Amino acid sequence: MNFKRYGSVAAIAVAGSLLLASCAANEGDTGSSTGDEGTPSTLSGTLVGAGASSQQSAQEAWVAAFQTANPDVTVEYDPAGSGAGRDTFIAGASSFAGSDRAFKDEEIAEDNFASCVPGTGIVELPAYISPIAIIFNLDGIATLNLDADTVANIFAGNITKWNDPAIVSQNEGVELPDLAITAVHRADDSGTTENLTDYLAAAAPSVWTWEADGVWPIEHGEAAPQTSGVIDAVTNGTGTIGYADASRAGDLGTVAVKVGDEYVPYSAEAAAAIVDASPLVEGRGEGDLAIELDRASTESGVYPIVLISYLIACNEYEDAAQAELTKAYLEYIISDEGQQLAAEKAGSAPISKTLFEKASAAVAAIK
Amino acid sequence: MTSAPARPARITAKKRLGDRLFSGGATTAGALILAMLAAVASFLVLQGVPAVTADPRDMSILAGHENFWTYVWPLIFGTLWSAALALLMAVPLSIGIALFISHYAPRRIAQGLGYIIDLLAAVPSVVFGLWGANTLAPAVQPFYTWLNDNLGWFPLFSGQVSGTGRTILTASIVLAVMVLPIITALCREIFMQTPVLHEEAALALGATRWEMIRMTVLPFGRSGIISATMLGLGRALGETMAVAMVLSSAGVVTFQVLTSTNPSTIAANIALSFPEAYGLNVNVLIATGLMLFAITLVVNSIARWVVNRRKEFSGAN
Repeated sequence: MNFKRYGSVAAIAVAGSLLLASCAANEGDTGSSTGDEGTPSTLSGTLVGAGASSQQSAQEAWVAAFQTANPDVTVEYDPAGSGAGRDTFIAGASSFAGSDRAFKDEEIAEDNFASCVPGTGIVELPAYISPIAIIFNLDGIATLNLDADTVANIFAGNITKWNDPAIVSQNEGVELPDLAITAVHRADDSGTTENLTDYLAAAAPSVWTWEADGVWPIEHGEAAPQTSGVIDAVTNGTGTIGYADASRAGDLGTVAVKVGDEYVPYSAEAAAAIVDASPLVEGRGEGDLAIELDRASTESGVYPIVLISYLIACNEYEDAAQAELTKAYLEYIISDEGQQLAAEKAGSAPISKTLFEKASAAVAAIK
Repeated sequence: MTSAPARPARITAKKRLGDRLFSGGATTAGALILAMLAAVASFLVLQGVPAVTADPRDMSILAGHENFWTYVWPLIFGTLWSAALALLMAVPLSIGIALFISHYAPRRIAQGLGYIIDLLAAVPSVVFGLWGANTLAPAVQPFYTWLNDNLGWFPLFSGQVSGTGRTILTASIVLAVMVLPIITALCREIFMQTPVLHEEAALALGATRWEMIRMTVLPFGRSGIISATMLGLGRALGETMAVAMVLSSAGVVTFQVLTSTNPSTIAANIALSFPEAYGLNVNVLIATGLMLFAITLVVNSIARWVVNRRKEFSGAN
C-alpha cells in the first residue's frame, strides 16, 4: 500500500521535473532572436508552409531556431516541391509557400489565394539565394576562366577537348591536357538544371538555343541522379565538368564565369549582388519583390548562376493569428541572424543590405 | 471384398479438422496471390490510362515527344537491352560456377563457395549501386577507352567514350553480378539432381568428365537452366536503384555501349522522375510501370512455353 503511494508520488515528481526541464531548455534564449529583447515571446499556434525542396535545409535551421525563440509556436515546412507548394498556398492549406519561381502575372491576376483578403495581393521575398558552381575535375587545376559561350559549347557538346583553343585562349599559363570533356548533368528534374539552362539561354543565346527547363533539354552529356550523383560522377571521372549547389563543390575545381570584362568566381557576395543588379518584375504590388534576374548582366562583381527561391505570403490575411505568425517568421528569416544561419547550414548567400531594407518594409506591411 | 477390378470404388477420405484447416489455408494463400496480382494490375491500368488518352501537351514530362508511346519506347528498349546484356554475361558464368560446385570442386570448397554465392544475393541493391557508380565505373573506364580506341569500328564500341564509365555496359555488369547468385543457386541444385546412374553410365562408356556433363547433366538440366535464367531476367528487368545510380541516361535508342548517352530503363526512370512529378505526369510514370508489368508477363509466358516445349527431352519426367 505504502509502496504504491510513494511510487505514484515519485512518478509525479519525475514527470514534473522533466516538464520543468524541457521548459527551461526552451526559455534559454527566448526573445533574443525575434528582435524584441527582454520580453518573452507571446506568439503561439501552428504555422504551416510548403514548397521548394531547395530550401529544405535552410527551412529546417530556421524552424529550429524560431521554435526555440518562440516555444509555443510550431512551424511545419513540407518540402514537397515548388509546384506543390504554390498549389497548397493557393488552396489556403498553408500560410506561406517556398517556391523556386515567383507567381506569374496571370496567376496573380486570378487572385484566388484562399488565405488572403481578396484584392490585397501577395508578398514575394527572394530570401534564399544559392550560388550554383560549375565544377570540373582536372589534375592540378583549381580554377578556370570561361565565358558563357564556351560553357554553353561545352555542355552542348560542340567543344569536346580540354585543350580546345576557346578554352586555352581564356586561360593563359594553365597547362590544359589533351583530354576528352565529359559534361555531367542532372538525371532528375531539378531547379539547379533550370537555373543553369536559364543562364546559358540568356548569356549565350547564339549557342544555347534551348529554353530554360528543369529537365536537361538535350541528349548530349552524361546524366547522374541528384546533386550527390553529379558530384560523385565528376569526382570519379576523368576530364569531367558538371554543375551543383556551390556548397557541395568541395575540393573540385570551379569555373570563374565571364561577366562584362572580368572573370567572377562564385562567392556569396557575388551571388547576392546579381539580385541587386537585377530589376524587379514590373507592375507588381508593394510587397511583391519578384525579380527579373538579369543573367546576362555585365555589372562588375556579380555571379549570374544563382538559384533564387522565394518565400511567398499574403499581404493581408483573412485570419489575424496566421498573419501575426507568418510576419514574425518571415521577419526572422530575412534578419541578419536568419540569413547567416542559412549560410552556415545550407551554404546560401545572405541577402544584401539593400534587399533586406526592401524585404523588411514588405514584411512590416503584412497584416 | 475388393476384388472388383472393373470399377474400383472411389474412396473418399474422412475429412478431419486438421485436413480441412490445412486445405482451407492453402486455398486462401493461393487465392491471395491472385487477388494481389489483380489489385496491382487494376491499379496500374486505372492510373495509367489517363496518360495515354489525355492530350500530350498537358504533361510536361512528355515535352519533346509526340505522345506517350514515343516517350516509353526508348525506356522499353533500354530495359530489355540492359537485361539482355546482363544475362549474356551472367548465364554462362553462372552455369560454369554451378558446374564447378556440383561436379568439379572438392566437397569442402564447393560448400564454402555455395555459401558465398548465396551471400551475394543478400547484398542490398543500393550497395551494388554505390559500388557500381563509385568503384566499378572509374575502374573500367580506362578499359572502355582502350576498347573504343582499338575496336571502335565495331558498332557496339563506337561513339564518344564516356569519361566516367557510367555506361549501359557498366550497368549491365552490375546487373549481371546481381542476378548471378539466383541463377547459380538454381542451376547448382538442378545439376546435383542429375541421376547418378546416367552419369556413371556415361563414364563407364569411356566419356571424359566434360563429355559426361555434356551428355547427361546439361540435357537433364536444360529446362531448369531456362527457368533459372528467366528468374534472373525478372530481377534484371525490374532492378531500380542500382541502375538509377550507375547509368547515365538520355532518352535515346542506341546499341553503343560505351558512350554517355544510354537509354534509361523503366524502373530507373520512375525512380528518378517520381519525386518531382505532379498531376498527369504521375500517370505517365505509372503507365510506364504498366508497360514493365506487361513485358515481365510476356517474358515469363515465353519462358513457360519454352520449358513446356522442352519437357519431353528433359530427364525430369
